[in-house]
Amino acid sequence: MSIRKLPAPEANPETSPYWEAAKKGVLLLRRCTACGRAHHYPRALCPFCFSDRLEWQAASGKGSIYSFSVMQRAPVPYAIAYVTLEEGPTMLTNIVDCDFASLRIGMTVRLVFKPAEGGAALPMFTPD
Amino acid sequence: MTIKGKAYVAGAFEHPTRNAPDKSVAQLHAECAKGALEDAGLSKDDVDGYFCAGDAPGMGPLSLVDYLNLRLRHVDSTETGGSSYLVHVAHAAEAIALGKCSVALITLAGRPKSEGMATGTAPRQGNPAQPDLQFEFPYGPTVVNMYAMCAMRHMYQYGTTSEQLAWIKVAASQHAQHNPNAVLRDVVSVKDVIESPIVASPLHRLDCCVISDGGGALVVVAPEVMKNLNRPRVKIIGAGEAPKGQFGGDVDLTFSGASWSGPRAFAEAGVKPADIRYASIYDSFTITVLMQIEDLGFCAKGEGGRFVADGNLISGVGKLPFNTDGGGLCNNHPANRGGMTKVIEAVRQLRGEAHPAVQVKDCALALAQGTGGVLGSRHGSATLILERE
Ligand SMILES: [Zn+2]
Repeated sequence: MSIRKLPAPEANPETSPYWEAAKKGVLLLRRCTACGRAHHYPRALCPFCFSDRLEWQAASGKGSIYSFSVMQRAPVPYAIAYVTLEEGPTMLTNIVDCDFASLRIGMTVRLVFKPAEGGAALPMFTPD
Repeated sequence: MTIKGKAYVAGAFEHPTRNAPDKSVAQLHAECAKGALEDAGLSKDDVDGYFCAGDAPGMGPLSLVDYLNLRLRHVDSTETGGSSYLVHVAHAAEAIALGKCSVALITLAGRPKSEGMATGTAPRQGNPAQPDLQFEFPYGPTVVNMYAMCAMRHMYQYGTTSEQLAWIKVAASQHAQHNPNAVLRDVVSVKDVIESPIVASPLHRLDCCVISDGGGALVVVAPEVMKNLNRPRVKIIGAGEAPKGQFGGDVDLTFSGASWSGPRAFAEAGVKPADIRYASIYDSFTITVLMQIEDLGFCAKGEGGRFVADGNLISGVGKLPFNTDGGGLCNNHPANRGGMTKVIEAVRQLRGEAHPAVQVKDCALALAQGTGGVLGSRHGSATLILERE
């Protein structure tokens, strides 16, 4: 079976802590200390209240599938998904290491990392 | 302040080509501009406002304004993907209402077919400064799988079925059989749709729109210009626009921006969904139509599957005749942007110039609805309500 090549995310000063943590196997969330809410994708200003008082927080890695689609018309089929994290935010990702036919909305999943080009690591999920 | 009754759609033109390897994109824009101005009975020198979106080659409107050699006092290059041209009609009406221009030209053109673009199935690389790109592009988002996730969620939450979605393609094909320019003129059945190959689950090949070259143009004019033109009077009476995104991670794929743009347009027009005789609904995919029909209030949220089934969208058969040109699903999706052709077919219906086999009787009130961008991540929505005066 051929392997799907994963393009490298192009980090910038606002987001490099997220991608550096990913290389170490940690999924970081941004949590606002003004309004208390976590968001994704991470921003320098809270998208709910515009506060700049934000902390990085390690996600538990537990979540559930909000929606997904198996891309059949691709050189190597893959499953794109929105996963809702235990901490609240929903993130775009892939579901990997599973039988795609078994995927269901609501299924609980756990965090894994897959290597991308250029030495980056991408947070993905697999059925629990 | 309202745009109700402040401007008219005087000219509308859909380029007849669906495959244009022998033409340039700028040329297609010019041919569409010429067609719409001739349709209105106006000339190039009458144009004092110009509107275009991201399909226009060059910096905003500048290259095409120069190529067309227009002398203008108003330009607008608002870009919200395929919904841009509905926004342009509304913005043209606003500009006309404020006296900023009196004859506004809107053009769209492109050649995704002859350029061999894998429109829906290849992840599109973008500008790295686009803040969402690094968090999405590595996961392989394509146009089709990002719409497919909306369909998957709708099925989960409301029990919508592939058979119900297929009815939308069936209705479009029933209309397209009468359009000699349509890419797909063969009538298809529910079975044909659900037995076509899955592209991105749960969407099949026949849940997707066509890929076509071509374009279209509109001319929006002030009332004092319209009264000297020998064309049926299509008045703009309501408009709404609304972008929708991921809400910082509070993703909700069950509704589109039409749930905001629709009520704004209906409120301005002072009409209800039940008053609409014909609707052009953006149809990049079958699910796009279903969600917008719910969001515009033609049926309750979650009831879209039952609403579109059994031919309810077929002209002369159902309660809500839609996309009587065959839509993007069968007729034409020029430049991968279906908003322009949505307005054009609504204008044809209000003028009584649709194909006789699909013309809605006494069509005095029509709606055109566009979405642009990607329904499953971030998109623009625009709603127009047009009235035959
Ligand atoms: Zn906050």
